[in-house]
Amino acid sequence: MKSIHTEDVQRRLDAYKGQPIYLHLEMTTGAYASHQDSTKLTASTFISNAIIRYSHGLITGHGPYRVGLKTGQGWVYSEGLTHWDDSDNERLIMAGHDQEGKLVVGLQLSSKPFGTVNECEDITEVTGNKEIKK
Amino acid sequence: MERYEHILVVLPHPDDEGIIAGTLAAYIAQGARITYVCLTLGEMGRNMGTPPFANRVSLPSIRKQELIDACQNIGIQDLRMWGLHDKTVEFEDQERLDERLLATISELKPELIMTFYPGYSVHPDHDATGAAVIRTVARIAADTRPIVQCIALSKGCKEMIGPPDITHDVSRYMPQKQAAIRAHRSQFHHLVGDSFDKPDKLARFTKERLWTYKLS
Ligand SMILES: [Zn+2]
Repeated sequence: MKSIHTEDVQRRLDAYKGQPIYLHLEMTTGAYASHQDSTKLTASTFISNAIIRYSHGLITGHGPYRVGLKTGQGWVYSEGLTHWDDSDNERLIMAGHDQEGKLVVGLQLSSKPFGTVNECEDITEVTGNKEIKK
Repeated sequence: MERYEHILVVLPHPDDEGIIAGTLAAYIAQGARITYVCLTLGEMGRNMGTPPFANRVSLPSIRKQELIDACQNIGIQDLRMWGLHDKTVEFEDQERLDERLLATISELKPELIMTFYPGYSVHPDHDATGAAVIRTVARIAADTRPIVQCIALSKGCKEMIGPPDITHDVSRYMPQKQAAIRAHRSQFHHLVGDSFDKPDKLARFTKERLWTYKLS
């Protein structure tokens, strides 16, 4: 993940305009927030592979950044974005990481669904030669 | 330490096994065969490495490899990744999950199952995993039931469930345990901070505490 480059992100937002797009949106305080500090609230939310279509989308701010996407009936909004994956040409992956590097907020767009079902296999004898069980 | 031939470990996240890695390595040294069912790939984890080398999309495959490496370091012979989604264990179809657990127990016939103590394990996935194991074991006839030992994490849990009845000193197995925890490269910093460099902090990793679950 690299620090957000707004011109590049804006170009990518423009490219998705008007088409059905898969959205992953999340925000989290971390699952252990209140365990580590009882004055804190553990809160977390995510939506994966929602399909949206926006008529225009902007990235604003001087870093951390905000993104707003105007959809047919409403908005998608996200604040606190710091990083993006500049090497991913198929998906627009943005996230906000705090000073410890922990993800706080995530906004991802893709024309193909994000992988949710993992193809997990059973692996026996991980001690010796890895042997994949069918 | 007790001697077991076959142990089943059921935990939801890659890196959960680090909590009992010394105990597992000790059992393996005594000849135990361990099957580890890891329910998710921890794909909703917040830690992407320090500095971040992963993102939400690449995290599952990275954590999967970290899990395989950790198991290798402990010496776990049989790793089964069930591919549930992180944070959703409590929302899964209970019947299906229980059936799958029951089928695994019937297949392996472990003498001991290790999991999280339901209600005292902080993360909803931990509690849901422990609850599924307890529900499933309760269905097995009392005379053939495996023993269930639980990890409890919540603050003040000792007041509620009593002190742990098992404390293992795993000092001899610290190389395996540290290597297993280190294998989770994306999570390492968050898991141990600087503890591995400070002898006094490292000392607390040498004790592993477990609660035997009493099924009425
Ligand atoms: Zn966990």
